Amino acid sequence: MRRNSREVGAVEQAKSLQSSRFMREFGILFVFAGVLGALMLLSPGAFARPANLMNIIKQASVNGILAMGMMFVIISGGIDLSVGSIVALTGVVAASFAHPGEYPFLVPVVLALGLGALIGLLNGVGVAYGNIPPFIVTLGMMTIVRGLALIVSKGSPVFGVTAAFENIAGAFVLEVVPLLVVYFLVVTGASAFLLNKTVFGRRVYAVGGNEVSARFSGIDVQRIRLAVYTISGLLAGLAGLVLASRTVSGNPTAGQSYELDAIAAVIIGGVSMSGGSGKWYGTVIGALLIAVIGNGLDILNVSSHYQLVIKGAIIIFAVLLDMKGKRK
Amino acid sequence: MIEERGGPVSETVLEMKGISKAFSGVGVLEEIHLQVAKGEVHALMGENGAGKSTLMKILLGIHPADRGEILLEGRRIVNRSPREAMDKGIAMIHQELHPVLDMTVWENVFLGREIRTRFGLADKKAMARECGRLFTQLDVPVDPGARMRDLGVAQCQLVEIVKAVSLSAKVVVMDEPTSAITDREVEILFQQIARLKAQGVGVIYISHKMEEIFRIADRITVLRDGRHMGTDSAADLDNDRLIRRMVGREIREVFPKETVVPGEVVLEVRGLCWGRKVRDVDLSLRKGEILGIAGLVGAGRSELAQTLFGIHKPTGGSVHVHGKPVRIQRPGDAIALKMALVTEDRKGSGLNLKGTVQENITLASLDRLFPRGILDGSREGDVVSKSMEKLKVKAASPKAPVDSLSGGNQQKVVLAKWLLAGPEIIVLDEPTRGVDVGAKRDIYLLLGELVKAGKAVIVISSEIPEIMGIADRILVMAAGRVTGEVARKDFNQERILGYAAQFEGGGSSGTG
Repeated sequence: MRRNSREVGAVEQAKSLQSSRFMREFGILFVFAGVLGALMLLSPGAFARPANLMNIIKQASVNGILAMGMMFVIISGGIDLSVGSIVALTGVVAASFAHPGEYPFLVPVVLALGLGALIGLLNGVGVAYGNIPPFIVTLGMMTIVRGLALIVSKGSPVFGVTAAFENIAGAFVLEVVPLLVVYFLVVTGASAFLLNKTVFGRRVYAVGGNEVSARFSGIDVQRIRLAVYTISGLLAGLAGLVLASRTVSGNPTAGQSYELDAIAAVIIGGVSMSGGSGKWYGTVIGALLIAVIGNGLDILNVSSHYQLVIKGAIIIFAVLLDMKGKRK
Repeated sequence: MIEERGGPVSETVLEMKGISKAFSGVGVLEEIHLQVAKGEVHALMGENGAGKSTLMKILLGIHPADRGEILLEGRRIVNRSPREAMDKGIAMIHQELHPVLDMTVWENVFLGREIRTRFGLADKKAMARECGRLFTQLDVPVDPGARMRDLGVAQCQLVEIVKAVSLSAKVVVMDEPTSAITDREVEILFQQIARLKAQGVGVIYISHKMEEIFRIADRITVLRDGRHMGTDSAADLDNDRLIRRMVGREIREVFPKETVVPGEVVLEVRGLCWGRKVRDVDLSLRKGEILGIAGLVGAGRSELAQTLFGIHKPTGGSVHVHGKPVRIQRPGDAIALKMALVTEDRKGSGLNLKGTVQENITLASLDRLFPRGILDGSREGDVVSKSMEKLKVKAASPKAPVDSLSGGNQQKVVLAKWLLAGPEIIVLDEPTRGVDVGAKRDIYLLLGELVKAGKAVIVISSEIPEIMGIADRILVMAAGRVTGEVARKDFNQERILGYAAQFEGGGSSGTG
């Protein structure tokens, strides 16, 4: 029996889409494997040591946490430029409340997370109810929050935190896995669950894919917007807390251009800038790739100035690959 | 079973010979012949998925053919891109136009081949003048200085045609050019086609509208399942024979109609207003009834439907559902009242084209299916395959991207989405626009099943034969108001058109 050409057409298209999808979702894996392989060849002794690999994951963690929040925002069709500044402000505030003998351990933790979420919520209000383009709202917020970090800290880093605070990022689980990495894993797991297994996640994709059809299908688009910016802010607060703990201080100039690294991780991971598509594991690979490149180039003694050039080139290359995959 | 009776074959401008195309080893086109004479309108017909688009994509150089050749004025040509095809004299007027919206009309006409001054700068004055001259010569009622954004679909099409003429195109392909324009605009388009004919241009015309085809086509080539089913002079074919050839089976009734005795009133609208688009509309709808809403484009029918559904906030009037007064402020409210709206703009408001078939089908029912907020893959899979089966959605799998489907199947996905939400009141806005004969019939049959199951249905359609075929009662709108109501026994095309043309104070032409 001959197959209907319509079905054949559909099957064929599905096939070509599958292969392009494969490239889109896993193309970056080849790049990642290639970079890993190259570094192992170039520096077999230093790079591939387990301690160094753990180090890479540690280096990826703060950016990874930010990238997870950024992923929600970008899939919904937005962008969040304020996360780097939120890292600074929440770090400064957390450190200020973590001086020995002043406040209970939980106070700086709750403040950092709450403040991050609150700033995210304000971003969301501006985007969802003010109808201001996300780029503008979060650009403004980036500047305001950076200013607040400098005001709160009077322009200089806040030192002198409790040992418990230092342990937030510094302690180990089972004596080998740093807590920092555990946060990254937990955030990744929670994000993956939220995005793939819940009605909320489905709606985030729907809003980013076609806002009008989402609204016509009864989805409260404004609430989804509010939620994704709040998530991004909350995770930025967590990143700020963790970074302050790791550096044993709250620095008002911390987190500069972190938003760009987070965006880069998401984009390298194959999430479309126009929203509606992308997968969590892509973002994880994106964050790891950025850390691997930084770490590998450090080991190879490449100056940080050259590192910037190489990192930028890789971002462009990754997006090029992504677009190639999308073209049929 | 290729029939080559043919019409008068004058000088051939374009010949596609033995074109075959396979994707991944599966044949999509097999040995297609298409021969277009100078000054001929050659209709290319077939259901969605029959291979028309693929054939045209090969002509325009978007896909290469596996076998066969293309001759333009007897010379063999190979196109590698639409741009190259255009340079050789093959132009396409697309179904959906994508002009650069912020450009002026003349900028668009001269896009990519700007007239330059001696200094190599774009000579704006010369281009605007030349464009104006072309428009006057061709009788095109468009201002060359207007922005593309401010033009309607019909005017954009005319601009594209002028562009083709100015490029001295030898062959112009038109893909469903009348799917989104008013009757009056169709007349202007046909005048332009007549002009192209007179200039010896070969026109390949793709449309699902039979009346049009028989009005303007000289010859008709039918494709079915990627095969050439024959080319005939239009005079040798009639509606039934053409449909039979396209679908390969008899269509006994064009409009299968279920007669159901209407039950109690489920929806009662009094004095509904939305700004100036919907004015003081009264209507009532019973269980088991199909209420048709007819009218010209811009009469406020879609706006009425959208106001009922909470997309626009009403500025006056009242709505009762099952006798209870309700306030519908957003689509979520309407869905909670078991209402559904299948909008006319499938791609703009019906589907998330970046999503899969499954994601689209369950989108309006997520809360009902997963009250705890956690997705259940196997439950979702079951529900989706059942509704795909029921609506005969042809897709590679529920996980296939919805933009890989044909127009008719995409429309079925939209219907599936709304039926899954379990509605009692279903409003369908132009449900068969851009859909092929077979899928149309599936949709009509579905409407019959819905009313048999006690649902209340409102259908908005611009095709009067269609609405007369399926509705129990027709409301006619003009300029935002209901201007007449006709019961099925009194259905009469002239009467409906008469109500549709009842404007007060000059009325408006087809906008919005």
